[in-house]
Amino acid sequence: MPDSHDLIFKTLADPTRRAIFERLCRDGEQTVGALTAQARISQPAVSKHLGILKQAGLVLDRHEGRLTHYSAQRSALAPLIDWTSQMAGFWQSRFDGLEDLLKRMDQ
Amino acid sequence: MNETSSETLSVVVEREIPHPPEKIWRALTQPHLIEEWLMKTSFKPEVGHRFDFRADWGSVDCQVVTVEPNRTLSYTWGAHGLESVVTWTLSPTGAGTHLRMEQVGFRPDQKQAYAGAKFGWARFLENLEQVLARAD
Repeated sequence: MPDSHDLIFKTLADPTRRAIFERLCRDGEQTVGALTAQARISQPAVSKHLGILKQAGLVLDRHEGRLTHYSAQRSALAPLIDWTSQMAGFWQSRFDGLEDLLKRMDQ
Repeated sequence: MNETSSETLSVVVEREIPHPPEKIWRALTQPHLIEEWLMKTSFKPEVGHRFDFRADWGSVDCQVVTVEPNRTLSYTWGAHGLESVVTWTLSPTGAGTHLRMEQVGFRPDQKQAYAGAKFGWARFLENLEQVLARAD
């Protein structure tokens, strides 16, 4: 479970950022202004959240004149989707370790 | 959340193990033994006890939920911002024990047991699946 997963989980642990990200997934590319109109927070606050999402690789920005358009990067979510397969592999190997230990233990 | 999405957040590993439940229980609950097959830990078999598992890559924050000696053990498992519950079930068989480990992420029916922020994860993952289902 490398650190890149940690960053994505931490970034999306914030409900406001999650809401912004979900909106971008649902409605496609948006400007900061359009996102602010729907959010209950100020434009600088929305911009700050977008910056954090961008750092985590969850959104991309595109500049057009004075406007910046943001879009969701769904591919960045692969670690979340992979959680079950990662944990299944982890526990299978731990079961192996447990069986080895049981062989070494006294009854 | 529907059944499909619940399954997505559930991991089950089961094995027939040729040792009695009492012996497996020791391996699951005694820190010096847990360390040999899982991770270093401050575990105690007491409901409500907070402990951690530590490894090179980081640590897991946990709390004991259920202790039924030689039968069932469960604890919360919090790592990388995603909360889940790990439940061990031991069933005696003629040749030893059927050992089952289930790790389940948050579901709406667990919301009473967890803070709203954690419940948010289940909602998020549910929404995510819907979003991804529509993506193509």
